[in-house]
Amino acid sequence: MELYSLTIHELLDKLRTGETSSVEITASVFGRIDAVEKDVRAYITLMRETALAEAARADLAIRKDGIGALTGIPIALKDICCTNGVRTTCGSRILQNFIPPYDATVVERLRAAGAVFTGKTNMDEFAMGSSTETSFFGATRNPWDLTRIPGGSSGGSAAAVAAGECIAALGSDTGGSIRQPAALCGVVGMKPTYGRVSRFGLVAFASSLDQIGPFTKDVEDCAILMNVIAGYDPRESTSVPEEVPDYRRFLARGIEGWTVGIPKEYFIAGIDPEVEAAVRQTIRVVEGAGAKCIEVSLPHTEYCLAVYYIVAPAEACSNLARYDGVKYGFRSEEGRDLMEMYKKTRAAGFGAEVKRRIMIGTYALSSGYYDAYYKKASQVRALIKRDFDLAFAKCDVILTPTTPTPAFRIGEKTDDPMQMYLSDIFTISTNLAGIPGISVPCGFTAAGLPVGVQFLAGHFQEGRLIQFASAYEKQAHIEKRRPTL
Amino acid sequence: MEFEPVIGLEIHAQLLTDAKIFCGCSSKFGAAPNTHTCPVCLGMPGVLPVLNRKVVEFMMKMALATHCVINRECNFARKNYFYPDLPKGYQISQYAHPPAEHGWVEVELDGGKKRIGITRIHMEEDAGKLMHDEHNPASYVDLNRTGVPLIEIVSEPDIRSAEEAAAYLRCLHEILVYLEICDGNMEEGSFRCDANVSLRQRGTEPFGIRAELKNMNSFRNVQRALEYEIKRQQYVLEGGGQVVQETRLWDDTAGVTHSMRSKEEAHDYRYFPDPDLVPVVIDNAWIEEIRKEQPELPLEKRERFMREYQIPAYDAGVLTATPATASFYEATVASFPTINPKAAKAASNWITGDLMKMLNEDKKDFTASPIPPRAIAELIQIIDDGTISGKMAKDVVEEMYKSGKPPGEIVKEKGLVQITDEGALTKTVAGILEKNPEQVAQYRAGKEKVFGFFIGQVMKATGGKANPQLINDLLKKMLAGDR
Repeated sequence: MELYSLTIHELLDKLRTGETSSVEITASVFGRIDAVEKDVRAYITLMRETALAEAARADLAIRKDGIGALTGIPIALKDICCTNGVRTTCGSRILQNFIPPYDATVVERLRAAGAVFTGKTNMDEFAMGSSTETSFFGATRNPWDLTRIPGGSSGGSAAAVAAGECIAALGSDTGGSIRQPAALCGVVGMKPTYGRVSRFGLVAFASSLDQIGPFTKDVEDCAILMNVIAGYDPRESTSVPEEVPDYRRFLARGIEGWTVGIPKEYFIAGIDPEVEAAVRQTIRVVEGAGAKCIEVSLPHTEYCLAVYYIVAPAEACSNLARYDGVKYGFRSEEGRDLMEMYKKTRAAGFGAEVKRRIMIGTYALSSGYYDAYYKKASQVRALIKRDFDLAFAKCDVILTPTTPTPAFRIGEKTDDPMQMYLSDIFTISTNLAGIPGISVPCGFTAAGLPVGVQFLAGHFQEGRLIQFASAYEKQAHIEKRRPTL
Repeated sequence: MEFEPVIGLEIHAQLLTDAKIFCGCSSKFGAAPNTHTCPVCLGMPGVLPVLNRKVVEFMMKMALATHCVINRECNFARKNYFYPDLPKGYQISQYAHPPAEHGWVEVELDGGKKRIGITRIHMEEDAGKLMHDEHNPASYVDLNRTGVPLIEIVSEPDIRSAEEAAAYLRCLHEILVYLEICDGNMEEGSFRCDANVSLRQRGTEPFGIRAELKNMNSFRNVQRALEYEIKRQQYVLEGGGQVVQETRLWDDTAGVTHSMRSKEEAHDYRYFPDPDLVPVVIDNAWIEEIRKEQPELPLEKRERFMREYQIPAYDAGVLTATPATASFYEATVASFPTINPKAAKAASNWITGDLMKMLNEDKKDFTASPIPPRAIAELIQIIDDGTISGKMAKDVVEEMYKSGKPPGEIVKEKGLVQITDEGALTKTVAGILEKNPEQVAQYRAGKEKVFGFFIGQVMKATGGKANPQLINDLLKKMLAGDR
């Protein structure tokens, strides 16, 4: 077994016993990158030199102080997480050469835990997309089928984990951008509760929905990463000073007697039959582990997409106003006056999807339209949140498909934004409600494409999700298949 | 047709907190460009604001001083517009849910007092500054001011003249300075005023169409701009025209207002609640904490001075114009063994007269006075007990200011003690009368003006040390006695 294909906990064991070193692991990962990155294109920026130096330091640290939570483990960062001294592009031309003078809080926390950073992964521009095709740096390919998308917006992180180009990765999830690519690439992806992981240093898309989370090869690794990145941050006002439990303690507890809600609104026409079959199979698996499944209703589900496509663009149009060519990033040199500089910079600096959402958001907030759009959407959002509160009064977790279909072909939906938006139909409500969700692999289609199942829980119930997901993982015996690259 | 102006003022006051409103950078004025900045106030990608609670407390002080209702919950909103001095492309301000509303202040006018309503007070961040190169087609951005905390104080349209506007402005200025939450410097822009002004037919309810005036950077300019704008609108209306809703800039040099942008060109700010900040909750305990720390406000102090020290309204006004003057005065009065109206008035005269003049010349305020309050009290006492004359005291106070020495020491050093020996003075007076028979004759012939000449001569002869009252008495007696 190659080192790059192992999990964090397996590698930590080997590092602890001295069976391997971080330098060996890191070299293995970069060897893998050299072999497959030309096909997968998961990264925007590779950090090979600093990674090897960090690995060497980690090996010294292990000998001197013993092993930390992530000492010597190669981890990839979605290129939306600011990294001190390393360019952070957000997949956009407008930030093509932006080098932050600060680390995101999650990056600081990973650094402190001893992680080795492999690089910055590709993503849809400003996290706006479900396929990683809107990146200024070109599309990432799904390691399971290079003609298909890896999902998005964190497609680079999902593909890198699936292809063995890192051991684990961080992504961000505004409407499904961790869970959807995790499902389509056959890895575990968690979106924590809004306020659980600091957003400081996460380039903002939609501030009330954005949340950073881990991509890992299994649920145990998810718990290990959550232990490092979760927690209150005084630099973020919406960060919640709620105590963080040791998520590893939830791993082997079982789910005997749990009640699982199956929302009837999530098994709809248009869902791929193979996906539906795989997800129905998970119901039988968790029942086999001693859980009871009941039908629940989330009656405002049909409004989720509409609400999301008002709230998220409204916040985005304001968040992206700072990219004006004045202070940093790309500036068009053609402008003869201030207004022209703004217009030409933003016209050339942003891609089509970003422009579309800036325009939608600007419209939704405009004088005379605010009440009909943004205000109304905020009101419906409260109802969506209430749906979940009521449902969680009846069940411990909710089980749904993560995506309606397996990975689609590159270019298949780029000309039809509505079709693209629909691929997040099962993940968007989680962000609107602010609750945590996790996508776990639950099988393969006949064509060999991975399928994911999504588990949801109430606010700050990440421990419960990890307990449920790990019990499922154990019971399901999903075939340990790897993409052939 | 008789028109009546309807005026409302919007005041922006920069708060004297050490740090900016949403980051830890210094909010001090005058540093080298872009040195008081960090990723947060520079609006870099991914950074987030954290509210400085001192700003909320300063806002609460102003709200309490202006009798506002403080709302239990308020939130921040983004005001979106593009400008190079606004690094995020939006200003964090407050919109639908302000922290303080429904207040009022009482302003002193020639014809008495008037109550002017305060619509709301809210917190926001200041923008940066642009500097335009006069020789090259380039502009420079200084973001030191970006994120400096402001409160905006919006008045009701209760103001009916330029004078009232100026009085209201002075009143708020005085309160802000008293609360020590704003330095009130209009030239440096820490106290700024915009005005909404319209005319309506006197005696009618509906407001006319208003113009918004900007760029008035002194009290005088606010009054001048309003006076001009009232006349301009009156001229338009009397000519059968219509006032246009627009923003107008005051041109100080030309003494006129110019149209800056029309209603159509006005920005759509697309306000919405800032998702990066949580609502601010102000509970009663917090309000009470702030209320306990509130200092006495100018108007209250003025009335108390008139009551306690029995000084005239004018004196009380000058003495309470700044907290430093007022506390200097109170410390002076407190240095007297007993407070009596005569001494209290004398203290007011010295402080608002000679001392204030000297301090003003040196551009100092009372906290930097080289003469301590108790020395002024001592000075008044040695005048009162006849040690020196009031005229001598004028020189003594100058010396006190220069040297910082107490008056007793100066009097001793210079041998300034007043001559009150009647026998010695009688001789001096007799000698002067003898030397000036011509003037004596004039006086005796009824030309009483010459009396001053004799006083002058006696003072000259005694080096200014003679007790004026005694000279007066002796001269009168001796000039009359020989008749």
